[in-house]
Amino acid sequence: MESKEKYLLRMEHVSKDFYGTKVLKNINISVKSGEIIGLVGENGAGKSTLMNILFGNPIIHETGGFEGKIIFDGKEVNFASPFDAINAGIGMVHQEFIFIPGFTAIENILLNKEPTRYSFFSEIFGDKLNVLNREEMKKRAIEAIKILGIELNPEIIVKEMPVGHKQFIEIAREIDRKLLKLLVLDEPTAVLTESEADIAMKAIKKLAAKGVSVIFISHRLQEILDSCDRIIVLKDGSVQKELIPSDTNPREVAEYMIGHELTKSIWKSKEIRKISETILEVNNLWVDMPGEQVNGASFKVNKGEIFGIGGLTGQGKLGIANGIMGLHPAEGEVKFKGKPIFLNNSKYVLEQGIAFVSEDRRGLGLILDQPIFKNITFTAMQIKDMFLKSLLGGLIKWSDDKAMFKITREYIDALQIKCESEKQLVRELSGGNQQKLCMAKVFVLQPELIFVSEPTRGIDVGAKSLVLDTLCEYNRKYGITIIMASSELVELRAICERIAIVDEGRISGILPPTAELVEFGLLMLGIKSKKRETIGK
Amino acid sequence: MKKKIQNIIENFGLPRIIIFLFLVLLFILTPFVGIRFDTSINDIIVRFGMNGILVLSLIPMVKTGCGLNFGLQLGIIAGILGAVISIEMEMIGFTGFFTAIGIAIFFAVIFGFLYGLLLNKVKGDEMVVATYVGFSSVSFMSIMWLMLPFKSPNMIWAYGGSGLRTTINTKGYWFHVLTDFLKIKIGNYIFFPSGTILFFAFLTFLVWAFFKTKIGTAMIVVGSNTDYANSCGINVDKMRSISVILSTVIAAIGIIVYQESFGFIQLYTAPLFMAFPAVAALLLGGATVGKASIKNVIIGVFLFQSILTMTPSVVSNIIKSDMSETIRIILSNGMIVYALTRITRVRT
Amino acid sequence: MRKKSLTKTMNPSVLFLINYAVPIIFIILIAFAIPLSGLSGLYFIRELMIRLSRNSFLILALLIPVMAGMGMNFSIVLGAMAGEIGLIFITDWQIVGISGMLLAILISTPIAVLLGYFAGIVLNRAKGREMVTGFMLAFFMNGIYQLFVLFGMGNIIPISNSSILLPRGYGIRNTINLLGIRQVLDKLIPLKIGDILIPVATFLVIATLCVFITWFRKTKLGQDMRTVGQDNEVARVSGINVENTRVLSIVISTVLACYGQILFLQNIGTMNTYQSHEQVGVFAIAALLVGGASVAKANIPNVFIGVILFHTMFVVAPRAGKALMGQAQLGEYFRVFVSYGVIAFSLALYAWRKRVEKENERKKIMNYRKSILAK
Repeated sequence: MESKEKYLLRMEHVSKDFYGTKVLKNINISVKSGEIIGLVGENGAGKSTLMNILFGNPIIHETGGFEGKIIFDGKEVNFASPFDAINAGIGMVHQEFIFIPGFTAIENILLNKEPTRYSFFSEIFGDKLNVLNREEMKKRAIEAIKILGIELNPEIIVKEMPVGHKQFIEIAREIDRKLLKLLVLDEPTAVLTESEADIAMKAIKKLAAKGVSVIFISHRLQEILDSCDRIIVLKDGSVQKELIPSDTNPREVAEYMIGHELTKSIWKSKEIRKISETILEVNNLWVDMPGEQVNGASFKVNKGEIFGIGGLTGQGKLGIANGIMGLHPAEGEVKFKGKPIFLNNSKYVLEQGIAFVSEDRRGLGLILDQPIFKNITFTAMQIKDMFLKSLLGGLIKWSDDKAMFKITREYIDALQIKCESEKQLVRELSGGNQQKLCMAKVFVLQPELIFVSEPTRGIDVGAKSLVLDTLCEYNRKYGITIIMASSELVELRAICERIAIVDEGRISGILPPTAELVEFGLLMLGIKSKKRETIGK
Repeated sequence: MKKKIQNIIENFGLPRIIIFLFLVLLFILTPFVGIRFDTSINDIIVRFGMNGILVLSLIPMVKTGCGLNFGLQLGIIAGILGAVISIEMEMIGFTGFFTAIGIAIFFAVIFGFLYGLLLNKVKGDEMVVATYVGFSSVSFMSIMWLMLPFKSPNMIWAYGGSGLRTTINTKGYWFHVLTDFLKIKIGNYIFFPSGTILFFAFLTFLVWAFFKTKIGTAMIVVGSNTDYANSCGINVDKMRSISVILSTVIAAIGIIVYQESFGFIQLYTAPLFMAFPAVAALLLGGATVGKASIKNVIIGVFLFQSILTMTPSVVSNIIKSDMSETIRIILSNGMIVYALTRITRVRT
Repeated sequence: MRKKSLTKTMNPSVLFLINYAVPIIFIILIAFAIPLSGLSGLYFIRELMIRLSRNSFLILALLIPVMAGMGMNFSIVLGAMAGEIGLIFITDWQIVGISGMLLAILISTPIAVLLGYFAGIVLNRAKGREMVTGFMLAFFMNGIYQLFVLFGMGNIIPISNSSILLPRGYGIRNTINLLGIRQVLDKLIPLKIGDILIPVATFLVIATLCVFITWFRKTKLGQDMRTVGQDNEVARVSGINVENTRVLSIVISTVLACYGQILFLQNIGTMNTYQSHEQVGVFAIAALLVGGASVAKANIPNVFIGVILFHTMFVVAPRAGKALMGQAQLGEYFRVFVSYGVIAFSLALYAWRKRVEKENERKKIMNYRKSILAK
């Protein structure tokens, strides 16, 4: 019993399900005062759900709360909102910046917790009419910055600061809280240079030395190994393993994170086809897609193959297709069939015979309030002048509804799209059928190469295999080259001939589907092993 | 059952139901206050023909997501230019009417093009910018009406001063050329302005047909989902520009039909607030900031004009004072405020 | 996505010209118009003095919503209506002098608070299009005001003084004489320099409001409004009640506008029952923008520079029009055009810059990433 008293935070038997799907199973985690815990896990392993529970995020309560209990600072807690968690002494630094760009560093560090001076009017109208105490604000900001150990002028407007410094503002804001006992950092170093990341890690250690516990979420395994006291590996909603950095190595962590395999391979095909002709060559591609930036990716895709792109969420695997398709600003050199293609021009790229099944089905893949037949034919009409009748000697291009219906019926049959009629609104279809529709829309264009992003996200198991089978079928039957980006390693390894892993916006390696699972994990965690064999460079 | 009613209210919108009930009440009251039912109906039909095209002109811009065209006055100015130039040229009858329309279209295309350029630069704030572009262009033209060298004695001030009159009579030029075309008389009190209604029907057909073409389809895509349009390789800005030009051109034609039926060309500050009743009528017909159809136009103009026709006669007879202006202000502006506060996004 | 060369060529002086295009154009216009008008210096100063005392308060009422990110508050018209209702009542009860004015303020304050609260709630439901909504709301409430004053007063609301009622027995007349309070504040502390009357007390009131606004910016509530104004979402996650803060800013603005309108009408001395408030919003906003403010940024100097420039133009334009074209009407139209044109131009410029800046910000971050990652 006594030993438990040392722990600042204990999460006991925590479980959580969303609409019947168990996302957390009997989690037990304890954090000592002044301890730095590294939290590692694949996407969907349950990291963010766990943190949402800790913070009392409303989404947890709206979906029926959680099982188990949380004991923080000796008391059982169940925070109703993040503000309660903050008041209890838990702070969080998010991956995306949360601050006011037009304010000074001081104002941002003390956002909505500004010290005030008494003013007469507050007697009548309440505390809100007390005057800010600017000197006190400055003093406290400087103190917080000092703990961080960086050179930063607190009077400067955050907008004008070097980007790397902006992350520190948020950390400083948490440090400033006098009762801060536990700090959660979610990928805090993602936007920092190496030297800045070093400073940040040093600051975190300093904080821990003062007795503040830290939960550190990062995919940079080396950072975790270097600075954490303990590593907790989450997998599929349970704690897979607790490790001590000095007793382990990257390979072991990656193995726990990504799991062992029972069978050697799930590769569906019998042999790897020998294809040598290059169809797409990408050199030093930069894409400015929010949350999925690509930072100089280079790779080649062979004609007629299914090429996979994997990696953790936010590392840029989705940015590649979106960039080449002209949906987000891109720079770099892309050659299609040996010919350089212009970037940032969707129409041009589509005309070359490249098409895209977007991950954002409901957003830019479909028009939900339009019927099925229009969704399937819109793009082809605009790009290839299909489904149009010429009237008055070509002066008027009139939409040919009959031809639209015909082709729509063909695809409804071919892809087994479940719907009442071709005139049904897309909004009313299930996720799986919407996905098939997105594919039909692309097949109508008769492309030579298609990008497919997250084709099975959010659809049921039956539809999943049908979608993947359809992709394979069109690849084999019509020789369409497919570049598929997915968070699911299983499906990548099931149908792709080569799989590139993206880490921090670059290709960290390309592996055959038969490669050991842990190899993929190491690439995702940014560990470059010399022994690793990569193919097709 | 209760849920069903709630659903209907939700879909139809509370203000629309209130207005509809109000209108029914007005119709029920007509015989009791001694107003002829048939003349009221006739008024409504005539006003429908007068205003229908102006409301129709809003459709293209809503369809491409440019919002309600509070800058309708630009089209009206183009129309007025066409009208006064045709009179200056002493064009009479149908020739005059179509000359006016031809010249108006010429100006409307130019204005619409520039207006479209501007609206593409201020995406997301189209409506407030459009409102003031409309206002300032009307006041700018007020200066122009004073200064432009028009000569026709029917248009300039009789007592010497330079500049055009505030109202110009279309009698003797192309007054009622459409209204009287194929006019059907029913009894002593009712006539059906076939020409005006046919012309409205023709333009409505053109608008409908336009949205069946490749460009029209592309415009619908832009308005439904800009991201999807981008991913289809559609040039979003170009489609928006075309819709703005189209709206401006139709508005220009609309005001000429209005003048033809009304009998007067109103200059200076008269067009200042003309956008609001048109927008209100469209919203009353069931449109929202992001979605409008031809059905909305027809229902909206009918409801709106019915109320404008019926309230003065019925209400004045009951309370012995004219409340119609006040009711018009509350009704049309209230409808617009209501629509603006109902944030309907196309994407979910 | 397409190359925006515009943003690259923006050096500081070009930026300055773009930011202050409106005041610069105005200064040039006035520089031409003043000699044309042939007005004497003394006349000019007297007019400006009157207009400064008359209009500044109303324009100052616009500042707080700008701070809270709600743009130009077109719904200050609601405050003006509240003030007018107060004035109608004191005229009815024939309470004169400073006490009459204070009573008018007392009566209209709760009305203004209520209207402001209503406007705030409506504007909260139209986030991102506050300005056009506020503008339409003002039109809508004008109808309600008419219903109340033209049909309700003397009918449901007792009005004893038949001289302000329409001949039919109910409804207020089109113009009301405010003889009882005419310039009572302006002349409260008499001071004359030469021929020119200086409305010392009015200026003192305006100065007090300036001090209040400056002080208000430094309060916690002021800071909350600035935060909300910059980013709703960040404000929300840091625990600020965004909706409340926005409503408060509109309430304060509406109440101030109500006082501003009373101040304005005590100077004029007569009230157009149904028109006095109609253009309050447009003229105040145009003046503020002429003073160099934008939709997102407005301060006290903008107010005074704006009043001086805008009203100089108002005084000068009809005369200049007459001298130039032989028609005073031309100048009238011209100043209406300028009022609307200034607003249209400023709003368009702001909307355009907002987009360009967003793109630049992303570009900056992208370049930063390139610089640290491309080895």
